[in-house]
Amino acid sequence: MKKEDQFKSRVYWNPYFGGFLLGLLIIFTFYITGRGLGASGALKSVVVTTTDVIATEHAHSNKYYSQFLDSDDSPMNNWLVFEALGMLFGAFVSGAIAGRLKLKVEHSPKITSTRRLVFALVGGALFGFGAQIARGCTSGAALSGISVLSTGGFITMLSIFGSGFLVAYLFRKNWI
Amino acid sequence: MGPLIPNGLIPIEWNFVISILIGFAFGYILEASGFSSSRKLVGVFYGYDFAVLKVFFTAAAVAVIGLYYMDYLNWLDISQLYIQPTYLWAAIAGGFIMGTGFLAGGYCPGTSLAGVAIGKIDAIAFTVGLMIGIFAFSELYEVLEPLFTASNLGNPTLADSFGISPYMLILGFSLCAIIAFYVSDKVRAKVKKVIY
Repeated sequence: MKKEDQFKSRVYWNPYFGGFLLGLLIIFTFYITGRGLGASGALKSVVVTTTDVIATEHAHSNKYYSQFLDSDDSPMNNWLVFEALGMLFGAFVSGAIAGRLKLKVEHSPKITSTRRLVFALVGGALFGFGAQIARGCTSGAALSGISVLSTGGFITMLSIFGSGFLVAYLFRKNWI
Repeated sequence: MGPLIPNGLIPIEWNFVISILIGFAFGYILEASGFSSSRKLVGVFYGYDFAVLKVFFTAAAVAVIGLYYMDYLNWLDISQLYIQPTYLWAAIAGGFIMGTGFLAGGYCPGTSLAGVAIGKIDAIAFTVGLMIGIFAFSELYEVLEPLFTASNLGNPTLADSFGISPYMLILGFSLCAIIAFYVSDKVRAKVKKVIY
């Protein structure tokens, strides 16, 4: 067990090193584009586009979707979608170099894979829903927001981490 | 002077190439820091792994110091950078729902993409869930609109909201981060190890 622990800490980057590089990347992104990083926006584009293809009239009459369908450009054709494609590729390359590419369900030995997948699906739905209400997720609202001292970014960050600690006890069986 | 694209110093056609390259670096950093593992991510909430806290606050401190320093050197006009609007109740409620989703699902949107990329099936479930959540919000938008648009405070920074110099705020934030790093190491030494 001890040996495995040491092995893990060697294969992942030192968190301060990763954080430092991520900070430089945020500076670079703001310097070039005037905006920060994002993640949930790309998935919103996928949802808007899918709805538009399946139910065009419905999408255009919906007050939320229609905000993103006004222009002639497809919502897939935006910055965040390309960024997300780059993210998938970058994470894949990192995983490939470190030998972490493996199809598996990661879960605590105390719970089943099915339970893990159900909670992942429900947790994802909550997160997606909350990210729309707060106008951004951990990347776009909290991290990029704090980088420019946005008041909203700080409130969102405190709310995400604060509520996480509040509900951690309820979900402890899934993790520890 | 930056930002380069809004000021027309880089042609807009380069936007997509740049976005893919930035995304690549973002995904690479997240995965290499271990953020493709849900059990590592939630460790911060149980005290057995503080990588999330360390990466997040190091990145935020480096970014905010760097951006304000570049503004000071006139390399960048910080007033041109996008500051998301503050809708007080939406930020609190949305954050609360996201925190609950984080503990239930073990990921956030960016990290779940990193998990998907290396084959985590639970990350795929989480990402499908994200789209369901976004779809549900869109369909319920008319009901949620009062919460979504309540108490719009504009686009303030903390310097505007509290009337404190941004440099003092950055100093305070950096000190808080250092204290949090120190305390997290103390806590981790006391908490029972979790092998994952």
